[in-house]
Amino acid sequence: MKQKVTNQTRRKMLIGGAAAASTPLWMNIASAQSDTIKIGFPTPLTGPFSAEAQDQVKAAELAIKEFNDAGGFNGRKAELLVRDDKLNPGEAATRTLELIEKDKVNFVVGSLSAATQLSINAVCKERKVLFNSISQSDAINEAKDWSVYTFHEALNPTMTAGAVARYSIPRFGKKIVFLTADYAYGHEMVRAFERAGKEMGATTLADIRHPLGASDYSAFLPRIKALNPDILVLCNFGRDLVNAAKQCTDFGLKSSMKIVTPVLLYTSRLAGGPEAFEGIIGGTSYYWGLEDRIPTAKAFNDAFRKMYNGSVPSDYGALGYAGVKSVLASIKAAKSTETMKVVTAMENLKYDWYKGPEYYRKCDHQAVQTVIIVESKSKNMKDKYDVFNILTIEPTTEKNMRSCAELGHKA
Amino acid sequence: MTGLTFELLCMQLLTGIALGSIYALLALGLCLIFGMLNVVNFAHGAFFMVGAFMGVYFLGLTGNFWFSLILTPIVTGGLGLLTERFLVRPLYGRGIDYPLLLTFGLSYVLIEAMRVAFGIEGLPSVTPDSLKGSLDVGIGFFPKYRLFLIAATAMIILAVWFFIQKTKYGLIIKAGAADQEIVKVLGIDIAKVWLLVFGLGCAIAGLSGILASPTRSVNPEMGIPILAESFVVTVVGGMGSPVGAVVAGLLVGVVYSMTSLFFPDLSELSIFVLMAVVLLIRPQGLFGKAGAMG
Repeated sequence: MKQKVTNQTRRKMLIGGAAAASTPLWMNIASAQSDTIKIGFPTPLTGPFSAEAQDQVKAAELAIKEFNDAGGFNGRKAELLVRDDKLNPGEAATRTLELIEKDKVNFVVGSLSAATQLSINAVCKERKVLFNSISQSDAINEAKDWSVYTFHEALNPTMTAGAVARYSIPRFGKKIVFLTADYAYGHEMVRAFERAGKEMGATTLADIRHPLGASDYSAFLPRIKALNPDILVLCNFGRDLVNAAKQCTDFGLKSSMKIVTPVLLYTSRLAGGPEAFEGIIGGTSYYWGLEDRIPTAKAFNDAFRKMYNGSVPSDYGALGYAGVKSVLASIKAAKSTETMKVVTAMENLKYDWYKGPEYYRKCDHQAVQTVIIVESKSKNMKDKYDVFNILTIEPTTEKNMRSCAELGHKA
Repeated sequence: MTGLTFELLCMQLLTGIALGSIYALLALGLCLIFGMLNVVNFAHGAFFMVGAFMGVYFLGLTGNFWFSLILTPIVTGGLGLLTERFLVRPLYGRGIDYPLLLTFGLSYVLIEAMRVAFGIEGLPSVTPDSLKGSLDVGIGFFPKYRLFLIAATAMIILAVWFFIQKTKYGLIIKAGAADQEIVKVLGIDIAKVWLLVFGLGCAIAGLSGILASPTRSVNPEMGIPILAESFVVTVVGGMGSPVGAVVAGLLVGVVYSMTSLFFPDLSELSIFVLMAVVLLIRPQGLFGKAGAMG
C-alpha cells in the first residue's frame, strides 16, 4: 500500500539502527572470522508486520545462542545476519542477493509475507542456497516456485484454513460467508477453507471481497447479517483482521453466527483487545499456553522468558526459532555446511523444537506439523499474555495437505 | 443480488451516514483551514490519529469517555495553535506549496512520535459502557455507538455553523476569508484570527479521531488513508466550502456503503469515481466557487 512505503524509509533508520546494534555485525567485521556459520535473515523490520518480524528476530537469536552455547559445530559458531526487507518483494530480493554475494551467508532463513518469501526463494533457488521460509504460503511448495533448496517451516493456508474448517463446520453449521481481503493470501485462505468444507457438505453463501487495508468494514456487515450464515470466516490478516473483528462485534454479528478466522495471531489479538475478539476461533502454529501439555514448548518459553525479561514468544516468533534451529541441527547431522548435504540431512530430520514432533515432507519440504485451534478469551485472564484457550490440536498428518502430485511434484 | 430487502437498503444507508459523519467532520476542519488561511493541511490525518491516541490514553487514565471527549480536542487544538504560530506562520505569502510540504513533514513527525510513545502496534480502543450494544431502529439492530456518532457529529457541525454564522468571531473569520486587507484596515489583528482558525481545525480533527476510535483499531498509520478520503470529500464538496464538506462527506459515506453492498471489491474505488464524475460536471465541486485554489 502506498502509505506504508513512504513510512518505511524513515523508519529504517530508527529500527534498522537498533537491529544492527543488537546483532553481532560489528564484532564480525572486526574479527573477520571466516569460519562462522552465517545465516541470512531477511524480514520486514519496518511496516505493518514489524511487531511479528521483531519477534522472529528475537527467537532466531535464541536458537543461535543455544547452538553456540552448546559448542557450535566442531567449534564453529553461528551468527545471524538480519536485514530489513521492508515487506517489499524487490527490497527482499536485493537484500537476499547482498547477503549471499557480499556477506557470503551459508543459509537463508526468514521472511514474513507470501510475496516477499517468493522473491527471496527465487533468489536462493537461482544461487543454490538453502532457504527455510517462516511465513505462510501455498505457492512456495508448488513445483513452479519450489526448488530442492526450498524448505517451508511455516504452516500454509491449506493447513490452517483446512483445520479451522474441520473444527468449526461440524460444530456450528454448513452455511458459510467469507469476508476476504482481496489479494493472493486472502484468496488462498478461502480456497483452502472451501476445499475442506466441501467434504463436509458446506455451502458458500457469499465471498465478499474487500480492498486490502480497509479501515471500516461496517458497509459489508448489513449484507452479511441478512445472509444469515452459520459461520462467518474472516479471511484477512493483521490490522485488517483487528478492524473487521471489532466491527463485527459492534454490529452484533456474533449473536447469530460464529466468527472464525484461518489465522488468529497472538499479536493481532493483543492489538485488538479482548472485547473485539471475544469468542472468535482461529488457527495458529503456536501459542505459548501449549507449555501445559508439551514439554518442549515449556523449555522454549522458559528460555525465551529468560532472554527477554519474562515476555513470551508469539506464533511467528516461534517460527523464527524453529526455522534457524532446523538448519543448525541439520548441519550437525550432516557433519558439514555444504548445502546439498544439509538439504539431505534436513529431509531426514525428525525434530521437536517447541510444539511436538515435526518433519519435512520429502517431495515439497513442507514441515508436517500440528495446527492449534484457539479461541480468544475475554474473561478470567491471568495476565496480559493469557489471551487464548486451546480448543484442540489437529495432529500431524499428510492427509490434510495437498498431495505431492497435486502440487506438481513427481514421485 | 438475492435477498435485497427494503430493510437491508435502509441499514446500508444508515451505515453510510455513520461512515460519512467522520468524513464530514474531518473535511470540515480541513476546509476551515483552507478557506481561511489558504493552507492545505496535510497533517490533518495525523491530528486525527493523535486525537484517537489521546482519546484512548485519557480514557485509560480517567475511565471517563466524556471527559476525554473534552480533553482530546483541547490537546490537539493546542498542538494546532503551536503549529500555526511557529511552523506555518513564517511561510505565509510564499505560495500554497510551502505550508503543504511543511504539514506533510509534520504528519510524519507526529506518526513517529506516537510510535515512540505507544508502540508500533497501537492501542486497543474501547467503546464506553453506556454506548455498547445495539438499538432497534425499526429496520433492525444498529450499533448504539454509531448512532451516537451520527448525533455527535451533527451537534458539532451545528455548533461550528452557529459559531461562524452567529457570533462576532465568526463574522470576522468570514470577513477575513473574503478580504483580509479590509479586515486589517478595520483594526483587527488578522494573525490572531488565523491562529484561532488553525487551532479550531485541528481541534475538530482530534475530536473526529476520538469519535472514530471505538469503531476501528488505533494505530500510528490510521490517519493516512482517511486523509486521502477527506481530500476527496473536500474536492467533491468544493475547496473551502464548509457546507460542501458536510454534504460531500455524507455523500461519500453513502456511495461507499451502497457500492459495498452491490460490488464490494469496488467500494474503495467508488469514491474516486464519484470525485471524477463531480469534477467533470462541476470542476469547482458541488458547493465551491470557481477558482478557489487562487
